[in-house]
Amino acid sequence: MEEEVKLHGMWASPFSRRVELALKLKAIPYQYIEEDLSNKTPSLLRYNPVHKKVPVLVHNDKPVAESMVIIEYMDETWENNPFLPRDPYERAMARFYAKFIDDKLLPTLAKLGQTAGKEKEETIEEIHEQQKVLEDELKGKQFFGGQRIGYLDIVAMILVWLHLTGSITGQKVLSTEKFPLIYEWIERVMKMEVVNECLIPEEKRQDWIQLAQRAPKSASN
Amino acid sequence: MAEEVVLLDFWPSLFGMRSRIALAEKGIKYEYKEEDLRNKSALLLQMNPVHKKIPVLIHNGKPVCESLIQVQYIDEVWHDKAPLLPSDPYQKATVRADYIDKKIYDLGSRVWKTKGEEQATAKKEFIESLKLIEKELGDKPYFGGESFGYVDVAFIPFYSWFYAYEKCGNFSIEAECPKLIAWAKRCMQKESVAKSLPDQQKVYDFILQMKKHFGIE
Repeated sequence: MEEEVKLHGMWASPFSRRVELALKLKAIPYQYIEEDLSNKTPSLLRYNPVHKKVPVLVHNDKPVAESMVIIEYMDETWENNPFLPRDPYERAMARFYAKFIDDKLLPTLAKLGQTAGKEKEETIEEIHEQQKVLEDELKGKQFFGGQRIGYLDIVAMILVWLHLTGSITGQKVLSTEKFPLIYEWIERVMKMEVVNECLIPEEKRQDWIQLAQRAPKSASN
Repeated sequence: MAEEVVLLDFWPSLFGMRSRIALAEKGIKYEYKEEDLRNKSALLLQMNPVHKKIPVLIHNGKPVCESLIQVQYIDEVWHDKAPLLPSDPYQKATVRADYIDKKIYDLGSRVWKTKGEEQATAKKEFIESLKLIEKELGDKPYFGGESFGYVDVAFIPFYSWFYAYEKCGNFSIEAECPKLIAWAKRCMQKESVAKSLPDQQKVYDFILQMKKHFGIE
């Protein structure tokens, strides 16, 4: 049977972009459907009736929702370029740090747009503490996944976005001086064509910054 | 090499219960260590420096943190007995419980931590969420289908807290979600579950103490 893969996504959503990167890393051909979150397609509502969120991957008409669930599904279905290691302990570690990024770092970043003055400084301190956790994870490794880009690298792409948007806003959220390994990792992944293809295009970065500052909750997971 | 499994836990923890159940399902012998959360052990701080929280599963000296990650780990390491997750990738993707995790816990917390109008709202949202979950269950004996699985493990611990929620919020979960209660009682017939969940009255007494401590009446 011919494989048919569709991705319902949204250009500004890091969760959606994550899945795109995963698809490109495994060289899986797919059809991309851009969702307008204020006017969702009937397909999206049918495929994700409970949460109505993007991204949703539809594989031969079977929908999978939640970015990390999608990525694990992809890893089990297409065995080339594996994202997760084979060892159960290493897998648990990758999942732990991915959850850390999604549950701790991303919400703190979302909060940042809503703060000012002292509160903003404290939030940036919090972000730096979280960055340290990730910096420690990179010790002795080229990528979070070890020798090759993997599961945690895909989730950590948010760091690349921050780095790029930081140079636009002039506000350095990421401390690349304090965390040289993260900086090196950013440089290393940005040399990869697939990574570049999944970054927000330059002309849309201002829009993204503005959207991020309004901290929309409608997107995804 | 002999397997050494330790679980750092706190008896009323919904999250700790998940790992207890998973370990019991697989018949794994382990050492249970009760933590005093107001006075965390050096071992806990060493094994979970990022969050400093229980439960922590320590397998041959190596820590695994976060309850659902522990359940998946247990399922992957001891894969030859009582599988908790389906082997088919698509089936596995559709049973992932992660979305229950934060939502139900937060809503339930608000039911016992608040009063007056805030509590009334919390109760309403909590019941709505339970109804959604009951819908997911449908007519199946377990969330996993014919056999007890990952989502059942993730969610059954909440049953030990139902009495406490009901007393605090003055409502009956069985009246609102009879199928869910039937499912819970079915799960409680499993030794792995019955042995892992604390007594509901004990949980309620604990919650009353917590309310006093937080000054909620």
